[in-house]
Amino acid sequence: MAKLKYALYTGCTARESTPELLKSTLAVAKALDIELVLLDEASCCGAAHLQDFDDMLSLTLNARNIVYAEKLGLTMVTICNTCQLNTAMTKYRLDNDEKLKADVNERLAEVNLEYKGESEIKHFLYALVEDLGLEAIKEKVVNPLTNRDIAAFYGCHNIRPQELHHSSNGGESSYKPTSIDRLIVALGAKNVEYEHKNKCCGFHVELQNPKTANKLSANAMLDAIDNGAEAIVTPCPLCHLRMDVQQHNIAKESGRDIHIPLLHLPQMVGLALGIAPTDLGIEQNVTDVSFVE
Amino acid sequence: MVSEKSKKLLFNVFRFNRENDYLPHYDKFEVEVGAGDVVLDVLNKIKNDHDGSFSYRRSCRHGICGSCSVKVNKKATLACKVRVSDLVEIFGEELTIEPQDKSRAIKDMVIDKENFWSKYNSVQPYLVADIDETPTIENIVSPEVAEEIDEADYCIQCGNCFYACPAVEVNEDYLGPAALALTYRFNADVRDGATKERLNIVNDIGPGIWDCVKCFECAQACPKELNPIEKITKLHLMTFEEGMARDNVAVRHAVGFKWSIMKHGLLDEGELVKYSEGLIGVTKHIPEAIAMFKKGKIVMPWNMPKSKNLDEIKTLVKSASTAKFKGK
Repeated sequence: MAKLKYALYTGCTARESTPELLKSTLAVAKALDIELVLLDEASCCGAAHLQDFDDMLSLTLNARNIVYAEKLGLTMVTICNTCQLNTAMTKYRLDNDEKLKADVNERLAEVNLEYKGESEIKHFLYALVEDLGLEAIKEKVVNPLTNRDIAAFYGCHNIRPQELHHSSNGGESSYKPTSIDRLIVALGAKNVEYEHKNKCCGFHVELQNPKTANKLSANAMLDAIDNGAEAIVTPCPLCHLRMDVQQHNIAKESGRDIHIPLLHLPQMVGLALGIAPTDLGIEQNVTDVSFVE
Repeated sequence: MVSEKSKKLLFNVFRFNRENDYLPHYDKFEVEVGAGDVVLDVLNKIKNDHDGSFSYRRSCRHGICGSCSVKVNKKATLACKVRVSDLVEIFGEELTIEPQDKSRAIKDMVIDKENFWSKYNSVQPYLVADIDETPTIENIVSPEVAEEIDEADYCIQCGNCFYACPAVEVNEDYLGPAALALTYRFNADVRDGATKERLNIVNDIGPGIWDCVKCFECAQACPKELNPIEKITKLHLMTFEEGMARDNVAVRHAVGFKWSIMKHGLLDEGELVKYSEGLIGVTKHIPEAIAMFKKGKIVMPWNMPKSKNLDEIKTLVKSASTAKFKGK
């Protein structure tokens, strides 16, 4: 198989509040011989909030980000579900509306850029599970996560809305996603089945309504814990911030003691590939990852 | 219909009678499912062939009355529209049929939809217009203007989106996707004159648009594909267009992205929280900030990364901006 190569859109979170996500992504890509070209020109995607204030501005900025992947002739890979949503949504809207595309391109022309619609937008999860494939990953597992009970928390924006998750981004059912479950098993761990794996963590109302956010996170985390999970893994840094950094507030809201490590998806993969925990930034997780030496 | 392709499936079905039962239970029914059968066919067969006391709402069986919604393996399902074979494709042959909200069950699939209706009715869900009783010409709405309403008019009040919405589940004040999509439907209607009144209703933190968690469950649940969350986003934009966005944490959180992008290309997370919460509000985040700082998760202002070719971004923020906010 030809070497996999992508344009990496890091998003803001991986450069600021979850640096361990970027670190572990780069470490895992290197170990799996995947080439990632950083899109240093890219701006913030607007995180589904700028979209509430200024639609045209958000479309233009996201289109500009995609243009830089197009210039490299590469598929853009995201490592945040909400970056994936906003970028893929922009692509979907521009590719299906000539007038809108022309409007956006009129603005981009001021800085000598043009959106063509040539690059696919894909979350790193699907680059691993679909493009590289579970068999290829399995072959490189040197430290199987045997006896670890891990629960997958998918995060909304990588599975909904369905029309954005066609074949180039996994194309799995939002009602019964399986990609992370299968990855967990491929890494030698035990996949924990629980109802809330495809539910919402509440991140996007954390400031204006922390009660809603904490209740939603608690529902999911307690469901995972009650089904035997000793760690939760997520492909989204926003879900991670919510359930890792805010864990004490979630526990308080739920009235139960909650102590459960939250792994970023590449941290979990990296551990199984035998990458040193420090190279995966495990010590930067706020909730101790107790089973890692 | 296609008898040679029919198959016996065992359904796990929620049973409850509020008049007699303290707790619900589940019954198993083996039903012969034809190749083209929809979930409503299964409900009918359970009632006709197995248990005449089995209760569910149904009427038109054409996807227009919105009565027969249930959940199958937690998936919001308009029973007359969804084929059993499509559900088997997603979930396999173990199918559990439950009411839209088990906690509101009256009898089996029949629930008390009062919470849905009271919210639906609270947003002035009708055209507010001065009627000229002696018109000289027709009240013409051009196709372009009608398009603004978009598919928001297709709602059949089935409640699929409402009972799939996680914000509704944990925040009893939240109006929910159906009422908010309906708000958009009338606000986008050129004949209507109550846009500001309705925006006032849906603009409060707690019940309104700022409490949407952006999970897209409603978009998935709607059998008429009217995409409620898209209409909620349009209501957000409308509050700015109408100059009605309030100077509160949720509004500043949306606006703050622009200022940060203008300055760095990227989002300055710390600055955004400060801008959104204000100087006093931000202090409640100190415990988390300390925990994050200790773990190297806070970027100091002097180390804030910037996008390459920032000049392009600054130019675009100036030229592509269409919205205004008069707050601070």
